[in-house]
Amino acid sequence: MGFEKFGRKSFTAVTKTAKFVDLLAEGKVAGTVCKDCSAKFFPPRADCAKCFSKNMDWFEMPKKGKLETFTTAYYAPFGFESDPPYTMGVVDFGGGQKLFARLAKDIKPEDVKVGMDVTIRPLKYDDGQLSFEIIKA
Amino acid sequence: MKKEVAVIGVGQSSFVRGYEGSIRELAFEAFREAMQNAGITQKEVDASIFCSAPEYDKQRSPAGVLAEYLGLIPQPTFYVESVCSSSSTGVKVGYGMIKSGLHDVVVVLGFQKMSEITSAESQERMGRGADIQWEAPFGTMMPAYYALYAQAYMANHGLTHDDLMKVRIKASTYGVINERAVYRKPVKPEDFKQGDPEAKMAGPVAWPLRVGDCCANADGSSCIILANAEKAKTLSKKPVWIIGIGAASEAVNMAARPDFTKGLSVGYAASAQAYKMAGISAKDVKVAEVHDCFTIAEIMAYEGLGFAPVGEGKQLVREKATYKEGKIPVNVDGGLLSKGHPIGATGGSQIRTIVLQLRGEAGPMQVAGEPDIGLVHNIGGVGLYGNVTIFGRE
Repeated sequence: MGFEKFGRKSFTAVTKTAKFVDLLAEGKVAGTVCKDCSAKFFPPRADCAKCFSKNMDWFEMPKKGKLETFTTAYYAPFGFESDPPYTMGVVDFGGGQKLFARLAKDIKPEDVKVGMDVTIRPLKYDDGQLSFEIIKA
Repeated sequence: MKKEVAVIGVGQSSFVRGYEGSIRELAFEAFREAMQNAGITQKEVDASIFCSAPEYDKQRSPAGVLAEYLGLIPQPTFYVESVCSSSSTGVKVGYGMIKSGLHDVVVVLGFQKMSEITSAESQERMGRGADIQWEAPFGTMMPAYYALYAQAYMANHGLTHDDLMKVRIKASTYGVINERAVYRKPVKPEDFKQGDPEAKMAGPVAWPLRVGDCCANADGSSCIILANAEKAKTLSKKPVWIIGIGAASEAVNMAARPDFTKGLSVGYAASAQAYKMAGISAKDVKVAEVHDCFTIAEIMAYEGLGFAPVGEGKQLVREKATYKEGKIPVNVDGGLLSKGHPIGATGGSQIRTIVLQLRGEAGPMQVAGEPDIGLVHNIGGVGLYGNVTIFGRE
């Protein structure tokens, strides 16, 4: 699958990490891990910045994390006008692994707190776009 | 004090909404003032550097076009970009060209005509201002990124909306007296009153940031003329010396940011380099310009520069320590919040303010006590780039 399927709206069509979208379709949110030096990356990379290897494998992101911070957007850029308000945040899984995404629409704004336990799940929009979102653990 | 590269001329256009002229005419406004300020002609200029954020420009490769209009051909010219910190990056490049002995006098011209493109085009480009592969697909924009930091500060450091409002009110105090500022109206606490339809600063943009927390877009230009020691001494009665330069970069993706409660890492890294080069510490700075694209950014800048410990930046606004009469005056020209933020022109405008302060020529904005050391903190993107430049006079 092409990378234009990723997210509410993609700005990148071609990348060596396009398999990320196929894995999303299988229900997995994955990063890449270097086969030579074991360095892990999220967002995924095709090239290892630590040892220059291009032998990369995929690993599934952890399930348990804490919401490090968040914001609720009341305005949106061009192409996202019908979406606001929506909340985006950063999840810290520990061990240097973090992830940025939107929070699920069904979490009430007053229930969102820094430090709350969260997990992630794949998401398919009505138009077939594939993404992932943050939900309460 | 190092006396190797000096600023001998400064200029800037008025920062306005919808400049009625082309980018070459806009650039000429700052150039004319800086050249007259330096008292030189184009014959004395050896090279020029042009700085902007290219996504707003319709002109491809503007350096050559602008150099011609400014009368700076056939001297070498080129373009430098680091988004909102483009023109302080340009000054760093110019410093290197002079220090290496390659040139004696270099013009650094920052410009941005944000109104060059329609607001729909601008909205689309702003959405792509960060990581277009992994973050823009979620619908990100600049206020949302800075709001992530504001939220982390509120949850961990006791920062309040009231603190952020105080940053905005301070900026407006000086926007009122700066005739080059785009936003010249005072801001009052009632402008932030929640639920009052008349309160124009209160509406949410990217919570916890509100309308009043965001800087004013503008069209504008700035010009800094740099010279080596020999030229500075013959051409200028009041040279202001660049005594410290620091610059750093950081991961673009929020997932790679180590700690949202510590602000922007580039602020710490760039200021450490600049202080070391200048042989000074934060307490020696008498007046500063910091990158307040959002109110939270000014609080984080205080901490990155060592004006306050991590998490305690809010105390400076609570105590009014960064007002003109305070112990460390910051952004007493209105800052990006009120003076305006024409992306590529901003760093040069900050430098102009500090040079005027050190020369005692800042008019109603002048800090008392004849300041001898001033600092400029200019950030590109969401702390993607950071430049800290320190200036001194004899």
